[in-house]
Amino acid sequence: MKPLDSLEMPRPAGASDPIITVSGLTKTYASGFQALKKVDLEIRKGEIFALLGPNGAGKTTLISIICGIVNPSTGTVVADGHDIIRDFRPARTKIGLVPQELTTDAFESVWATVTFSRGLFGKPPNPAYLEKILKDLSLWEKRDSKIMTLSGGMKRRVMIAKALSHEPTILFLDEPTAGVDVELRRDMWEMVRGLRENGVTIILTTHYIEEAEEMADRIGVINKGEIVLVEDKHVLMQKLGKKQLTLHLQSPLSSLPAELQSANLQLSSDGTELVYTFDTQSQETGIAGLLRRLNEHGIDFKDLQTSESSLEEIFVSLVRGRA
Amino acid sequence: MNFYGIKAIYLFEMARTWRTIMQSIASPVLSTSLYFIVFGSAIGSRMASIDGVSYGAFIVPGLIMLSILTESISNASFGIYMPKFTGTIYEVLSAPISAVETVIGYVGAAATKSIIIGTIILITARLFVDFSIAHPVWMIAFLVLTSVTFSLFGFIIGIWADSFQKLQIVPLMIVTPLAFLGGSFYSINMLPPFWQTIALFNPVVYLVSGFRWSFYGVADVGVGISLGMTLVFMLLCLAAIGWIFRTGYKIKA
Ligand SMILES: Nc1ncnc2c1ncn2[C@@H]1O[C@H](COP(=O)(O)OP(=O)(O)OP(=O)(O)O)[C@@H](O)[C@H]1O
Ligand SMILES: [Mg+2]
Repeated sequence: MKPLDSLEMPRPAGASDPIITVSGLTKTYASGFQALKKVDLEIRKGEIFALLGPNGAGKTTLISIICGIVNPSTGTVVADGHDIIRDFRPARTKIGLVPQELTTDAFESVWATVTFSRGLFGKPPNPAYLEKILKDLSLWEKRDSKIMTLSGGMKRRVMIAKALSHEPTILFLDEPTAGVDVELRRDMWEMVRGLRENGVTIILTTHYIEEAEEMADRIGVINKGEIVLVEDKHVLMQKLGKKQLTLHLQSPLSSLPAELQSANLQLSSDGTELVYTFDTQSQETGIAGLLRRLNEHGIDFKDLQTSESSLEEIFVSLVRGRA
Repeated sequence: MNFYGIKAIYLFEMARTWRTIMQSIASPVLSTSLYFIVFGSAIGSRMASIDGVSYGAFIVPGLIMLSILTESISNASFGIYMPKFTGTIYEVLSAPISAVETVIGYVGAAATKSIIIGTIILITARLFVDFSIAHPVWMIAFLVLTSVTFSLFGFIIGIWADSFQKLQIVPLMIVTPLAFLGGSFYSINMLPPFWQTIALFNPVVYLVSGFRWSFYGVADVGVGISLGMTLVFMLLCLAAIGWIFRTGYKIKA
């Protein structure tokens, strides 16, 4: 195994400073349902953080608390050095949110709604900047249209334009690509990357694992209100690239012959199984060579199986494991 | 202070008013004009004057108050109920804007609209009946104070309501009866003594009486009491709104 550090992509300076620190956050809704159980999480400045989790895991609840839409039960959140409750003004000025639900003022025009959003966040008018956002999101032609006359994908982009209208440095995207076609999804990924280049920290939730793989620097998994894993994407990808071949032996071995000993090959404790780990991405899997050498040593097997750990599987097993 | 934020909410709400101008301004003006025709000109010409004021002129302040009450409540309650209903409230909640600023934006717009309506009705009334205004400054003061107070009250209803039915029920079942029994069409001195006492528990009586005093210099109750009662009601509304925002009652889960 290569050392982890060598897998890390270079990141902009200061990238590991936390920009959001969530500590001991819990949320019990009025119904008595506990949606978050002691969540601790750090988001680093300038990263794209993907939050994965099944329906009802608490993703939206977590985001809503950070953005001020839901009251926390206990715990604190610090955004860009400001407590989100005591110091809500500077904290919220920095944050933009694209909520999961498409909620827009149907009768307003696109231009009116982004102008409203910018003003609401306390920023002086800047038509040139709003024009740029609308153009970037291919909404400029629609600026005078009422929102209710737009398609779902366009409405989604209007929500993004609203969230960007006050030039936030932290952007939350709660399932930005739900119900969005492939082409628009690509555009959105492009846009998110562009924002990251400009120093915006992005936290997105998604159910599409390939989206997290494609976009994120780090991945967090939440299940039943608990963060079960936070890991650098490359580390996860490395686990992902591994495949295992399990050989069920005819007769148990007490130990591996010396020539066969390698880090990739392991004998189970009862001596009935050999587990060979290999990298699907490399040219040579080494399976043929392994089988040949086993044959030379007279080691027979009655069955074999391969297994692969995809991110999806890692994800599912994590989520199941805690169920 | 987030002035841009207040302005954004205020202009958003006013834009809604202009967009629905027929419903929001034309219709209250039309219905009040009908009152003037029926009660002021047709019936009023056969009625004796009250406190030396012709009946047509007597009902002008009361009718303006009636419109301001119902319009303030319905406009302010609808203004905050709709974003709750459609979910667009998320944006206001996530913005760097305080509770006070939010209320100034919404209530300010609702009150502005009521004042516009009140003024239009006043001018319209002049076409039907002859009247003069004895204390114009007080008249404006009562107009503004009532508009603001009942817009605050409407805001509270809009937050409390979680269905369109609840949104309608308070104005319909409580405010309209109080307003009609509040002396818009008669002087409470015309009631039997027992009902006079009962009437004093109706807050609208004080508003109408004070407002009428600013027109004709005559009142059912002292103008100081009228003013005091209006202010008390306004403070109650402010206290309720303060509590709502502190606890997040019905707006934040
Ligand atoms: N206002 C509320 N009152 C009571 N329970 C709620 C409320 N909002 C959410 N919940 C519950 O809290 C849990 C977490 O909900 P949340 O919306 O945070 O999940 P999520 O991870 O965003 O799910 P999804 O992927 O479906 O969007 C769910 O069980 C949900 O039913
Ligand atoms: Mg969600």
